[in-house]
This record gives sequence, C-alpha cells and structure tokens, in this order.
Amino acid sequence: MAVMHKSMTILLSLIPLLVLCSLLPSALAIASGSTDGYTINGRVKIPGFSLKGSGLAAKSSNVKVTLNSGQRVTFLRPDGYFSFHDVPAGTHLIEVSAIGYFFSPVRVDVSARNPGKVQAALTENRRSLSELVLEPLRDEQYYEMREPFSVMSLVKSPMGLMVGFMLVVMFLMPKLVENMDPEEIRKAQEEMRSQGVPGLSCLLPGAQRSN
Amino acid sequence: MAIRAYLLFCIILFSSYYTTFALYEDQVGLMDWHQQYIGKVKKAVFQTQKVGRKRVVVSTEENAISALDLRHGEIFWRQMLGVNDAIDEIDIAMGKYVVTLSSGGSVLRAWNLPDGQMVWESFLFGSKPSRSLLLTPTNFGADKDNVILVYGNGYLHAVSSIDGDILWKKGLAQSGIDIQHLVHPEESDTIYALGIRDTSQFEAYAISVRNGELLKHSSMELPGGFSGDLSLPTSDKAVVLDSSGSILVSISFVGGEIKFQKVQISGLLQGYSGAAELLPSKLAGMVAVKIDRSLLFVKVKDEGTLEVVDTVPHVEAVSDSLSFAEGQTAFGLIRQDGGKLQHTVKSSNDWKSHFLKESVEVDQQRGLVHKVFMNNYVRTDRTYGFRALIVMEDHSLLLLQQGAVVWNREDALASIIDVTTSELPVQKDGVSVAKVELNLFEWLKGHLLKLKATLMLATPDDVAAVQRIRLQSAEKSKMTRDHNGFRKLLIVLTRAGKLFALHTGDGRIVWSRLLNAFRKSETCENPRGLKLHQWQVPHHHALNENPSVLVVGTCGHNSDASGILSFVDAYKGEELNYLAPVHSIKQVIPLPFTDSTEQRLHLIVDAEGYSHLYPRTPEALDIFQKELGNIYWYSVDINNNLLKGHVVKKNCKDEIADGYCFESSDLWSVIFPSDSEKIIATSTRKLSEVVHTQAKVNTDQDVLYKYISKNLLFLATVTPKAISDIGSVTPEDSWLFVYLVDTITGRVLHRMSHHGCQGPVHAVSSENWIVYHYFNLRAHRYEMSVVEIYDQSRADNKDVLKLVLGKHNLSAPVSSYSRPEVVTKSQSYFFTHSVKTVAVTSTAKGITSKQLLIGTIGDQVLALDKRFLDPRRTVNPTQAEKEEGIIPLTDTLPIMPQAYVTHALKVEGLRSIITTPAKLESTTLVFAYGVDLFFTRLAPSKTYDSLTDDFNYALLLLTIIALVIAIFVTWIWSERKDLQEKWR
Repeated sequence: MAVMHKSMTILLSLIPLLVLCSLLPSALAIASGSTDGYTINGRVKIPGFSLKGSGLAAKSSNVKVTLNSGQRVTFLRPDGYFSFHDVPAGTHLIEVSAIGYFFSPVRVDVSARNPGKVQAALTENRRSLSELVLEPLRDEQYYEMREPFSVMSLVKSPMGLMVGFMLVVMFLMPKLVENMDPEEIRKAQEEMRSQGVPGLSCLLPGAQRSN
Repeated sequence: MAIRAYLLFCIILFSSYYTTFALYEDQVGLMDWHQQYIGKVKKAVFQTQKVGRKRVVVSTEENAISALDLRHGEIFWRQMLGVNDAIDEIDIAMGKYVVTLSSGGSVLRAWNLPDGQMVWESFLFGSKPSRSLLLTPTNFGADKDNVILVYGNGYLHAVSSIDGDILWKKGLAQSGIDIQHLVHPEESDTIYALGIRDTSQFEAYAISVRNGELLKHSSMELPGGFSGDLSLPTSDKAVVLDSSGSILVSISFVGGEIKFQKVQISGLLQGYSGAAELLPSKLAGMVAVKIDRSLLFVKVKDEGTLEVVDTVPHVEAVSDSLSFAEGQTAFGLIRQDGGKLQHTVKSSNDWKSHFLKESVEVDQQRGLVHKVFMNNYVRTDRTYGFRALIVMEDHSLLLLQQGAVVWNREDALASIIDVTTSELPVQKDGVSVAKVELNLFEWLKGHLLKLKATLMLATPDDVAAVQRIRLQSAEKSKMTRDHNGFRKLLIVLTRAGKLFALHTGDGRIVWSRLLNAFRKSETCENPRGLKLHQWQVPHHHALNENPSVLVVGTCGHNSDASGILSFVDAYKGEELNYLAPVHSIKQVIPLPFTDSTEQRLHLIVDAEGYSHLYPRTPEALDIFQKELGNIYWYSVDINNNLLKGHVVKKNCKDEIADGYCFESSDLWSVIFPSDSEKIIATSTRKLSEVVHTQAKVNTDQDVLYKYISKNLLFLATVTPKAISDIGSVTPEDSWLFVYLVDTITGRVLHRMSHHGCQGPVHAVSSENWIVYHYFNLRAHRYEMSVVEIYDQSRADNKDVLKLVLGKHNLSAPVSSYSRPEVVTKSQSYFFTHSVKTVAVTSTAKGITSKQLLIGTIGDQVLALDKRFLDPRRTVNPTQAEKEEGIIPLTDTLPIMPQAYVTHALKVEGLRSIITTPAKLESTTLVFAYGVDLFFTRLAPSKTYDSLTDDFNYALLLLTIIALVIAIFVTWIWSERKDLQEKWR
C-alpha cells in the first residue's frame, strides 16, 4: 500500500503563484525546494479490531504512528490508514505505538531515483514487506495472571508447610515410635529423666548462657 | 554488618528468579498513581447546543486537543500531537468534527467530536511561512455548508469537511503581505481575505467560495503606515492603529472601495497618555483599546466613524463576542482585584445594560486572569445564563457559572521543569495526623475479608470492599514520615512559575505557590524556572527547622540574562526569601558542605565566569575559604564544542563585587574539532548515589575493582553530518564517538567509536558503568551499549599474603592526580524502541541490584534489569557463570510486557524519569512526568526485606491458632496415653 509519489500538486500550484507574482524569483526557489518531498502511505492492521465495529473506533484512536523517533507523529484514520507527507529521500524509521500490542519498527526506503518503488522491512525480524501494512507481532499482556486458588498453593506457603510438618510429627512419629523396640524406648526415657526435662527457659540462648 | 551480609544473601537468593517486575491487575493503584493533564489552554470551543453531554474542546500549549466535561472538568478524550506540531487554530465543523490546524498552517485534521478518533487528515502545501487562519462558515447555503477555508503558508485552501479533500487553492503570497483575517459576510458566496502589505498598504481580496476565483483585489496605502494587527468589528469594517500608535484608523471596504477615517485617541479620551494597544478579541461592532490597565471600548458606526462607549479600569481579559438567540450578541469581561474576580457580561448592542454581573473569590495563588472564553445556556425559566472558562496565570483552568467556580484543573502540572523530593515531618507524640486512624478491630476485619478472598469464599461485595480498603489505605496518605520512607513530598517546579508539593502516597497537592520571584515585572520580562535544588535538609541537630528548596530561574532567553533565586519552605510552601534580579546564572554547583543550620553551600557561576557563594553568611564564607583552591568544576560548551575544567582561585577584585564573589581559572580544556565532531550528549553519576561495594567477585574467584569516581563524565559526539535526523545521512558519513573524561584533570580515560551510528544519544551513569542508547544506521535499529570501568591499579590486591602483610593499597587515598589505570569492558545489544529518556533505580544503601528505566516512544516506562546489560554475557555461559546469574547473550534486549512499570497506562508526552531511594533498601520510588504524571515504587530484586502488602496476617493468625489448638490436642492425647501406659 505504500505509494511514494512525487507531489505534482505542488508544481501545479506553482503556476497561479507565478502568474500572481512573476517578479519574485525568491519565492519560487523556496517553493521548488519543498517539492522534493515524497509521501509515505501505509496502513495499520490489528487483527480482531475491525471485526468489532464500534470497538475499533474506541481503540484505534489510541494508536500513534511516529516517523524517525518523534520527528513527526500522525494518527490513524478510521480505516487504519496513515500518511506522512513531504518526506525527504532517504531511509526512514516508522514506529507504531499502541497499548496492548507489540509492533516492530519498520525501515522504509524513500528513493529519489525510482519514485513509486516500495522498500519496507521490519527491523525486528528483517522481514521485508511488499506493501506497507503493519501488523502487531504479538499482543502484550501487562499484568501477571492471578492463579486460581488451589490447595497446593496454600500447602506450599510457609504456613502450610508449618502445618504440614506438624501433622507429620503428630501422625508419623508415633508410628515410628511404635515400631521401635520397647527396651530401647525405656532406655531413652530413662536417659531423658536423668538429664531432666528441658524446660522452655533452656531453649532461649540467653538463659542457656546463664546456666 | 551482619544485616548487610544477610541482605546480600537475600539478593543472591532472589536474583536466581528470572522475572523482574510484575503486577497483578488488582494491584493497580495500590502503590502507583497516574494523573492526566492537558497544559495551558490556548483556544476553547464550546459544544453545548446538542442535548447530551455538554463539553468544551480545547487546544493547549502542550499540543494537546482535548474534550472536557463541562460539569466536572474531566477529560473525555485527549490527543497529543507531535512536539513540532503546534496547534494554531481549532474549531468545530458540521457540529460533529473538531477541526485543528497545526504545524504553521500545513496540517489540517478532523477529529470525531464524541470519541476523539481522527476522521481525516489533509496536508496543505505552501511556499512560505505565513499566519495560519481557519474559517468554518456555517451559512453558505445548503450545498456549501461543508467547506472549511484555511489560509496557511501563503495559500488559501478550501477543504471539504466531509473527507478533507482540497477543493481549490489560491496563492496569496505576494511579497510582504500579511493576511490577517478571513471574512465571510452573511449569506454570500464570496469571502474576503484582508491583510496589510509592507506595513502601510491595506489589501482586500474578494474570492469566490465556489472555485477560488479572485473576484476583486483592492488596496490602498496609508501614508505613515500601520502598527499592530487589524481588528474586525464587523464583516466590512476594520480598525487598526497607525504607526505612531496614537491614531485609530477605521477602514471600510464596502464593494471593493476602501475608505480610511482617522481618529486621534486623545480626541476620544481626555487626558490620554501612554501606549495604546488594540486587543485581539473579536467584539461585535466594537473594538477594545488597551491603555495602561484600562480598556477603552470604541463603537464603530455604520459610516465608519468611531465613538467611545466606555472606559473600564482594571480589565484583565475580554472574551470574544457570543451571539445567541434573536441575533443578540454579548461578550464577557473580567476585572480583577487581588483574589476577587468580577465577571460582567455586556450586550454589544446596548452598553448600558448587562446580562450578568457577578463576583467570585479565587485562590490568590492563581495569579492574574490570562484568557476568558464565553458560553451561554438556557436556564429552566427560559432566560439565558452564561458560563465563562478562565485561564489563569498559573495555567489553571476554571469554570465560572452562577457566581461560583464550578471546577478547576491544575494544568500547570503538565509542564514540569524539575523535580526534587523532601521528607515529611516526623510524627510527634499525641498529635494524630491521619484523618482516620484504623483501630485493631477494623484492621483484623480487613484481613479476614482478604482471607476470604484468598480462599475463594468471598462474595463480589466482599471483593469490592477488599479493593476499597486496599486503595484507600489511610496509611499511605498520612502527612508524616514512615519507617519505610515511602511517604515523601515531591516538589515540582512548573513552567508557570508555580511550585507544587505532591504527596507520594496518593498524588494529591499538599500545597502550591505561585512564586513572587517568577512573576512578570518590569525588571524581569520573561521569567522562567531552570532548576530545583535541595537547599536545607535538616537532620540531627537542626531538626526543628523545616527543609527548604532553592528555585533557580532566569529572566530571559539569553545566557547573560539576570537570574532569579527563590527559597521556599518545603512543608508550608512559603516563599522565605527571594533574590531577583541577580547576576546571570550559567551553572549551579551544590557543594559537599553544609553550615550549622544544615543549609547546603551552593556555588553559582555567572556568564562572565565569576562564581558566587550562597548562602551569603559569614559562616558559609568561613567554610568555603578553608576549601578554596580545592573546588573544581567543569563546563560543557555545546556550541563551541568545548569541554573545560575550572578551579576556584581567589576572591574577586573589590571593585567588582562583594566578598562572596570568586574568580576561577581554567585548568584544562578539551576542544573537539568542529569539522569532525559535535557534542550531543553528556552524562554524570547522580551526586547522591551510594555504592555498596567496590569489589566485584568473578566466577573464577577473581576480584575486579570498580572504578568509582564522582568526577567521571560521559560525553558523546557525532560527525557533523550525523547530527540531523534519521533518514538524512548514510552510514558511511556517520560516526559516533564516546568519551570518558575525568573532570578534575581533563584526562580522557577511554574513547570508543561506533561507525555508522548516530544520535540522539540517551545516556545514564551509575556506579562504574554507563549505558547509552543510539541509532545504528547499518542495521537500521536502535542499539544500547554498556561500558564498565575497572580499576587496574588495585587489581594486584588479590594476593592474600599481601593483604595479611598489609602491603595492599586499598586504604590509599584516591586522588585524581594519580594516573588511573583503568580497563573497560563493553558490549552492545539491539533495542527495539526509540527512547525518550533513560534513568536508573537508586536505593538507600546501593545493595539492591539496579534496573534501567527506559521511557519509550510509546510513552511507557520499561524496567530492564542491569543484568541484561552486562559485558560479561557470553553465548554459552559456563555452569559457574550461570549460577552467578549471567544470562546467555542474545543480540536483542528482551522486552517483557510485564516489565512495563506503567503497566497499561501511558505517561503522555513523557519527558523525564526521577528515582529516589526509600528508606527500605529493596525499594526505590519512581516518578515519571510529561503531560501526565505517574508515580510508583519499585523493588528491583523484589521486596526481600519486608512483607508485601499482600501478606495475609489473618492467615498467619489462623495458622498460629491452629497450631496452638493442635498443641493442646496432642498434649491431651499424650496425657491420656501416659495414663493408659501407667494402668497397664
């Protein structure tokens, strides 16, 4: 869709100017200076946009098209078309900014030798475009998705782990004790008795030092 | 030390996570806020005829077009045009399109009135710059109703308002002509283009609307010439001042015949003296002449004679005429006396009567009235009411209706120049500052609701209640300091010369002040703010003092214009003192010294190279004299491609100035040859930045010492051809050079060149690294490069034996005079977007890893981990390197949508990003501003040192209760079992 044509309209419009003020060569020089501008026409196509109809207008009003990092800014028409006028020959960069979509910047060659020739390529993946139709490479999701509540997440949380450990101690330890030799248990219990039951005060580091 | 070690451990623990920053959708607004503004209103058009929502469409100095709700002042829609696309004219066509003329009359756009969607766009080419005029006639007759007439760049265009097609164009670009008005007499097929040629010739072109044919051209010369612009009271009469400024000339041009009538102003007004000025307001059948501060209303009669109607003193603004039912026309005028506005609506036909006279009190801090726009409405009793939209000196917008200010917008905040932060007062005992202190019961209730939400037991009402509690937490908007340092004041200086203090918790305005020093006066014609500095930051012994800020400004656009210094209390917003006009201000250097009241010493360098010390106290002078000869500064002269180092030497000679003036001498200079290089960007480290450790341990147990110097300057130059925009230079002609310069000695530590690259360069420096963004013409993509600098002279300290024997040089003082042996490491990556600004996060102790904050062309702020810009990245990192957190090398920096700190919002017209550390080490506060404001807090390595807001206390409590119950149950069980054992 990218059509770069020499703006003949300017040349034509010069004629009345010449008639009007034929004594002014200076004005002519400036005018001819502005004729080496070209027009870049393009289109932004966002899939799923156009199908919704009214939703299109609400959203595509937030799309901006930028030439050469802010040198010029333009907006989309309702049909998604945009254009930059009076662009000098050279290699330019077009960027589309739309919230929710990731667009690759596009390299556009405007050549003075063969006007009308389209040279455009996405800079992200070096894919060349036969016509200047810009489509988003991907959608952008700005928020983390909240995972739905699951028992596992609760179990995995520090508190869940605490409860889990306690349960293990409660139900598995007695089983372990049961499997042990009664003799050994008695021995261990006697040992404990001889040492004295460790009180809470002993668990505190400060208290221990005072002992 | 133990805490630091712990923190480091935590960082290592958390840095293994890949995700950088992510937000859940229901967390929006919890710690961030976003405010939308439009800027100072230039033009306003009301749309109130139709039933439905009443609105006003405005164009602003920030190049915004916006539709505002007339009832509340909210933005319906807003479109921001490009930076070079200034809006000249705005109007409504066919009752459904907003038409804007911009870029000096060369772009005409139509926007859908209900939703702001662009409908069509037309480019109007022309030959030479001229005034831009827009005319949307409404009564051409049925078939011609949709023609818009535009004059711009020397051409008159007729544009169809349905699709923007150019119907015809007509050159009116004679040399020296200045077309000032397009007139369409009622019910006719011709339009008139009126102008002045060579300041003395009045020209009138009659042009057919159908085809642009020039029907008649008449001109007449006034001997002596005109001054100022034409004023057009009726469609066939104009009034203008002659070149002496004391004679009013009324011009009538009925049927192509031009007649002049001259009237002396002194003949109209007794005792007239001083300069007269014709107001641009369009009044029906009248012109307004401003003499001193009074307005002279002059009626233009049918024969072209002038007659004085009235003189009104102290008029600040006059609206255009408004025609409403039965051909009545009225206009509004505003008289101001301090904070009291008197709004009068006069009838154009009958001066004696007035439709409305009301007076309103407005805040003194809004200054003078600058503009007024009028609109009428029909009251319920079928009489006419009037409302006025007022633009004030501080750029705020007020709607006046029925003797009251219905709403106001603080649109000065769209044009922030500089930002600084201030701590809030310390909470004192017994003084409750929060409006609502939450009691324990409510706190618990909130957490129980949250628990219900996590367990999916909550009803939608509960969920809404939870969200409300989270958003309106009284905690975050308190007016006192908090432990985490999240609550601060953002002090912002705006282009209007108004200073605002915003609360970081909810973004509300705590105070605002229109600084006296920045108001227009005879000694200071064009005051504008430049910088904000923290003047006094009390802590320790001066805690009773309020902090204050220094506002630096200048009176004009030249470098030698006199300066303005103003000192403002940061808590109350009172202007403590101001000095204006003082010497010119070229550079403000905050010195690392404070006096006994914690006022920071500042050195202000003027255009002649003299430096002046502030504050002007003997104590400050004492402190400074001790350090004399030790104070260095540098200057970058972009125009002359010069980098210079200076040292403060001695007092100025007595005949020049007082004891606070010092002379400096040049130490060194670096001159870049202007035919091969041009300076385009510089960057230095933030002075307040804290670096935690100088050493960096490699995977192979090797230690690298960072070269950390406050005097390191990054400088970028390009070849002269590469200075223009992208698209106008070939890769062969374009080079980008970067330099690292020590600003004390002028030594170039490192130089690098990028062939085929060009600006604009955006650079940011921190610790021992610099990241810069530029354009690579060969690949036609943007690139970001990182340079890290390491100190080689300390590299041999790795030897443990030497360390033990004390033969290391770690404690040797660092001097700029010793020749540093530095090595640099560098790497480049592609980056997708254009960049508007780059910043880096900063934390209290510098332990937390850093993130780059990149303001993209789409006005979003992207957080990018510094780990992605690490010169040690390789394609296949070893296992050890992977464990250290080195990411495999890719050619492009990743853009993860979740890493946008602005999430789904845009900071329209983004200009800068400010980061400031919170007290909590993990957290940094981020403020991004442009036309919109956005504030959030970031934790680049996650909040490893505090529980998140999401932490569920109720769940913790529940678990503890469950555990306690379990303890009792098991205790009972064990008792029973014991008993059974014993019975056995």
